[in-house]
Amino acid sequence: MSERPTVTAEQIEALYTQLDREARANAYNLNPDVDFTKGLVEGLLVNEARYGYWACPCRLADGVREQDLDIICPCDYRDPDLDAYGACYCALYVSDAVRDGQQALQSIPERRPTEEQRAAAAAAAVSAPQPEAAHEEEFVGFTRSGIPVWRCKVCGYLCARPQPPLKCPICKADKDRFERFM
Amino acid sequence: MAEPKGHFSGEHAEHTVLLYALSTCIWCRKTRQLLEEAQVSFDYIYLDLLEGEERRAAEQEVRQWNPAKSFPTLVIDGAEAIVGFKPDAIREKLEL
Ligand code: SF4
Repeated sequence: MSERPTVTAEQIEALYTQLDREARANAYNLNPDVDFTKGLVEGLLVNEARYGYWACPCRLADGVREQDLDIICPCDYRDPDLDAYGACYCALYVSDAVRDGQQALQSIPERRPTEEQRAAAAAAAVSAPQPEAAHEEEFVGFTRSGIPVWRCKVCGYLCARPQPPLKCPICKADKDRFERFM
Repeated sequence: MAEPKGHFSGEHAEHTVLLYALSTCIWCRKTRQLLEEAQVSFDYIYLDLLEGEERRAAEQEVRQWNPAKSFPTLVIDGAEAIVGFKPDAIREKLEL
């Protein structure tokens, strides 16, 4: 069996405060049910200790970062679920309506594709033609120089630079969560 | 809570109840709380605490009931599964 690492109340408090501050600064909300939310924060810390990254507490992580990229918190599915259900899959993040008690939390279906679907999508992406040099002529505005545009898969932030940033300035997602957009 | 597998004995043992869960998932925790508070006997398995072959086998079991392999997956009488924390459905199926 794999040991579940223990985390301290101070660690939970510190990360809770950090996530709450970052959420407010970017017009997101943590779930106002503090016990519930701190339980999830504990899960993030446990996953950080055993996997090295914040794998989603409510999903079974593979343990290999490349396989889990889409479910590193905040996951690729947070914003679509906030739009559709007023909460992310774990209900760590909630909409204004849920925060204000105007909308009840409900059980959210899993939108993450299955392993087979993810593998098929990855294979298709590899064989698809890259939007590379052939289209350079058509680029407009600041991309005329050939500088690529990168998209954060978590929040949609776009930037034109040779490489994606180390961290998304909006949602703090890591560099490997970016995809080439143009 | 660090036990990967276990059993809770309650007054209600009319149904065979098996909870597939994750130790970090709060919806799983709520499901377990509901069962314990209602005094339902059930077995539980935390897949994130299993390793190797044991975990692969458990994952296969969950997928048979729930192709999305999401948690909690609550299997009742080896006949049907309730996916997600659905208190009303759980109470109805277990006649609580
Ligand atoms: S944002 Fe995604 S990864 Fe983070 S807690 Fe919510 S569902 Fe899990």
